[in-house]
Amino acid sequence: MSNWVEACDAGDIDEEDVMRFDHGGRTFAVYRSPDDEYFATDGLCTHEKVHLADGLVMDDIIECPKHNGRFNYKTGAARGAPVCVDLRTYPVKVDAGKVLVRIGW
Amino acid sequence: MTKGMVIIGAGECGGRAALALRELGYDGPVTLVGDEPHLPYERPPLSKDAMVADAPLLKAIASEAVLAERSIRHIHSLQAVAIDRAAHVVRLSDGSVPTYDKLLLATGSVPRKLPMPGLDGRCVYLRTFNDALAIRAHLSAGNRIAIIGGGFIGLELAAAARRLGAAVTVIEAQPRILMRGVPAEIAEIIHQAHEAEGVKILCGEGIAAIADNGAEVRIALAGGHDIVADLAVIGIGAIPVTGLAAEAGLIIDNGIAVDAELRTSDPDIFAAGDCCSFPLAIYGGRRVRLEAWRNAQEQGALAARNMLGAGEAHAAVPWFWSDQYGLTLQIAGLSDEGRSIVRRELGDGAFILFHLAEDGRLVAASGIGPGNAVARDVRLAEMLIAKQAKPAPEALGSQTVKLKSLLAA
Repeated sequence: MSNWVEACDAGDIDEEDVMRFDHGGRTFAVYRSPDDEYFATDGLCTHEKVHLADGLVMDDIIECPKHNGRFNYKTGAARGAPVCVDLRTYPVKVDAGKVLVRIGW
Repeated sequence: MTKGMVIIGAGECGGRAALALRELGYDGPVTLVGDEPHLPYERPPLSKDAMVADAPLLKAIASEAVLAERSIRHIHSLQAVAIDRAAHVVRLSDGSVPTYDKLLLATGSVPRKLPMPGLDGRCVYLRTFNDALAIRAHLSAGNRIAIIGGGFIGLELAAAARRLGAAVTVIEAQPRILMRGVPAEIAEIIHQAHEAEGVKILCGEGIAAIADNGAEVRIALAGGHDIVADLAVIGIGAIPVTGLAAEAGLIIDNGIAVDAELRTSDPDIFAAGDCCSFPLAIYGGRRVRLEAWRNAQEQGALAARNMLGAGEAHAAVPWFWSDQYGLTLQIAGLSDEGRSIVRRELGDGAFILFHLAEDGRLVAASGIGPGNAVARDVRLAEMLIAKQAKPAPEALGSQTVKLKSLLAA
């Protein structure tokens, strides 16, 4: 069973920005790309468990606020030192102005 | 015949350089030589989280398996004792003689020693994982810790010691803590945070004598009274490790002198990280030496590219951070290049000081606040500094103008 969870209103996130979203004891980061698409990943950097939502989004990259580890938030791919473990990504859809993230199955 | 790449120094810089050589597709021999018994590891946690943990964990940059898989030969617990530049050979302390096509010196820095004889046992320095383990054993409730030097290592350690319940006194010779590179306004916030946590900070205090009787350390202050402690940690700066380079006849200038491509005065020898001084183009070629984790990492990677012939100039903006209690400080750029300051409030007490040169160029940004409140804007400031942008001071100071919008301008 798919489990879509409401993260926020579509307008809560600026274009090319990110927001933290906590659910079920877990933390996620929800992104809005410069071309107005939404994405979601695990919320903590795979290097030292820092909240990525405090980081900077540039194009399709999220940069960790602590040590500048970079990930492609669309694919979760780690983009070089100090991060070497990819981020988990989650399906996202926008429905009636709400951003929904599929967290479980 | 390919002799290969030799890297002396297996810290952040050397470790990253070795990994980068393989990521760039280099398939000749790579030898990484370190004088510590450990895998290459990250040093920043040593004065922070690792110090608070019950058993400090070594945060390796690469596991043994990764080094093996990438055919990086890691030689540990050995010193490099000489370089024969003509023969392209390094001599190690066990007599072995690896040869190189290109050599990288990533020898780092060591703590500056207090110029007093006979200090050992209860007077210690923090640089290595083993240093951290030794200090950690003394940090417990009721123990008295004296920290000589109000710089980053000393203050981070003070915060860690307080979390573990030790009684902490910081002794700083200068009129305030963090004199080097940190604006007074920000140093004051850190000072207050320490005092609120019960750290005693003594500024403008010289040290007349230190006596270690084996059971405790007695520090006689020039001003007259004594501080008695179970352990004294000395954090009065670091000096670059240049002996090997100097003996090989390389030019030394506040560190191993390199050009913008990190090449020493010998075209087949590079130097990177804490041990080298290099010209920074964004500040008119000013020669600097940085003791910072990110610089070590970036220069390690850049040295690897240039050892393979990329010919790329170092262009990164200096950046560092410090964590103390719930506060994080981040500084991008060199604030002493600034002539005026604009302050921007970020909410929750967080703020950034923008340092502007006489011609309006943004040359540095110093931010402090809870958690990672300043990170994003300091990062954007760093990009503006790299572009040598001249943003309007009113825009920098206004909470309603997004810094990202200035970057596009």
